[in-house]
Amino acid sequence: MSLVDDLYRETILDHYHNPRNRGTIDDATVSTEGVNPLCGDELRLFLKIEDGVVSDIKLESRGCSINTASGSMMSELVLGKSLADAKAVISEFKNMMLNKGEDITLSEDLEELEALQGVKKYPVRIKCALLPWNTLDEGLKNK
Amino acid sequence: MKNWNDTKSIRKDFPILERKIDGKPLIYFDNAATSQKPVQVINALTNYYENYNSNIHRGLHTMSEEATLAYEGTREKIARFIDAPSEREVIFTRNATEAINIVVESWGKHNIGAGDEIVITSMEHHSNFVPWQKLCEDKGARLVYIEIGADGNLDYAMAERLITNKTKIVAVTQMSNVMGTVVDLKILGKLARLNGAKFLVDGAQGVPHLPTSVREIDCDFLVFSMHKMLGPTGVGVLWGKEELLDLMPPMLYGGDMISSVTREKTTVNELPWKFEAGTPNIADVIASGAAIDYLQNLGMQNVRAHELELTRYAMDAMLKLPSMKIYGPQNPELKGGVISFNYEGIHPHDMGQILNESGIAIRAGHHCCQPLMKTLGVMGTARASFYIYNTIEEIDFFVDALIKAEKVLNYVACR
Ligand SMILES: Cc1ncc(COP(=O)(O)O)c(C=O)c1O
Repeated sequence: MSLVDDLYRETILDHYHNPRNRGTIDDATVSTEGVNPLCGDELRLFLKIEDGVVSDIKLESRGCSINTASGSMMSELVLGKSLADAKAVISEFKNMMLNKGEDITLSEDLEELEALQGVKKYPVRIKCALLPWNTLDEGLKNK
Repeated sequence: MKNWNDTKSIRKDFPILERKIDGKPLIYFDNAATSQKPVQVINALTNYYENYNSNIHRGLHTMSEEATLAYEGTREKIARFIDAPSEREVIFTRNATEAINIVVESWGKHNIGAGDEIVITSMEHHSNFVPWQKLCEDKGARLVYIEIGADGNLDYAMAERLITNKTKIVAVTQMSNVMGTVVDLKILGKLARLNGAKFLVDGAQGVPHLPTSVREIDCDFLVFSMHKMLGPTGVGVLWGKEELLDLMPPMLYGGDMISSVTREKTTVNELPWKFEAGTPNIADVIASGAAIDYLQNLGMQNVRAHELELTRYAMDAMLKLPSMKIYGPQNPELKGGVISFNYEGIHPHDMGQILNESGIAIRAGHHCCQPLMKTLGVMGTARASFYIYNTIEEIDFFVDALIKAEKVLNYVACR
């Protein structure tokens, strides 16, 4: 295994170089900020929730590759989902990242996220991968 | 006297430099965070524990006397190392951070009031920033920042405007741990003196790398950490002018800091022990003496010259790469062996991780200087920092690894 196999997989680099759903939402119904205290990376997350569905999501950050790619994948996966489904995705992803044992297989539509599993070999970077998700979790609290 | 060829013999004194990282020789460029330790320091530690481990200042037995002598011996060495008039002015703490906190607690709390001003710079480490910020909050005083100019140097004209008769203390770093900027302490010291303010120097980065004389700087307090200058972790130094320290109450009370105790009253011990309550870090202080000996033998002028050579070479080589941004003074003469950079839009985290693959240890992030990161307009930087055992060959290897880093991350984009 090497850095390129574990951390900088093609999917991750693709999302890093071309992050999806970048930017801000003027009429966002939810906006939250997240900080990684370790490195000072900041993230702003905007959501538009209509009729219990995430109808729009945008992220603004200048994070590292892992943080950026993770946020980009997340935005694609929760866009258009109901709040309950979005929350289920969050918990499935967090469970995968925080699970210390064997690699985990995710449900079919979340397969892409498995690319981030290699990050677990680099414990300090787990926080980078989780930052967008924790920020989203925070934003969806009480929703 | 050391010359260039001696780096090889210096390296032999550092067992850790034999270490491999994933099969690759370690290149340690994280010296601003902590330095490596020579075998002389490690031996001093084991020698104490194996041969004369005992408490100090109290036993009458042989080992206690030996330990006391060695412990106090380090104090004398440190006093000489920073050109202090008396070893009574040298107080052992856990680290530079604790030393600053002692000044804030024992001097600041009694001398700073509402409307007073404390002057620091925008490039202070959180250690020389957060304690003052808290004191200002508690006392209704004002924290005032001398900014850095576009050239990465301190704005001395601004310092002249900001240091006034409202200023009670000027607290500045001797060298920036991010950009390596060396501060002209004589100018600031004079401004402080002219305005009746005290002058504290954070020597955590300066003392390990630059010849330092408290008499020449003419400061009131100097703090530093032994772990950044070949010593073990757990030992810091607070140096202060005797007449000031004499007036300051102890921060901690208990054993060792007393001269006599009755049921009714306790008399505080004299300097320096009044600030060293309880059993101190005997072993690490003793080993710190070996670190001072090591640096003293090399000569701090030579240490500086070696680092300047490395820094100049590294900056030249790095700036040949396109999209390389080095923060702070571009003239190596004006800075220490610390290079903060960002390259090709690669986030410092990724840079640190990729360099680690080549066995290179650097630091990535905000370096405990978040206000400075705001000033520089970045989230963080990658930082390479050098010391006595680093070589030109290591820098060549490092620059090659930078080019490789770009390839790793652009792997998809390039296809
Ligand atoms: C300029 C400066 N001041 C203070 C400190 C704090 O030193 P310590 O953590 O040993 O207390 C550091 C350490 O990184 C530093 O670079």
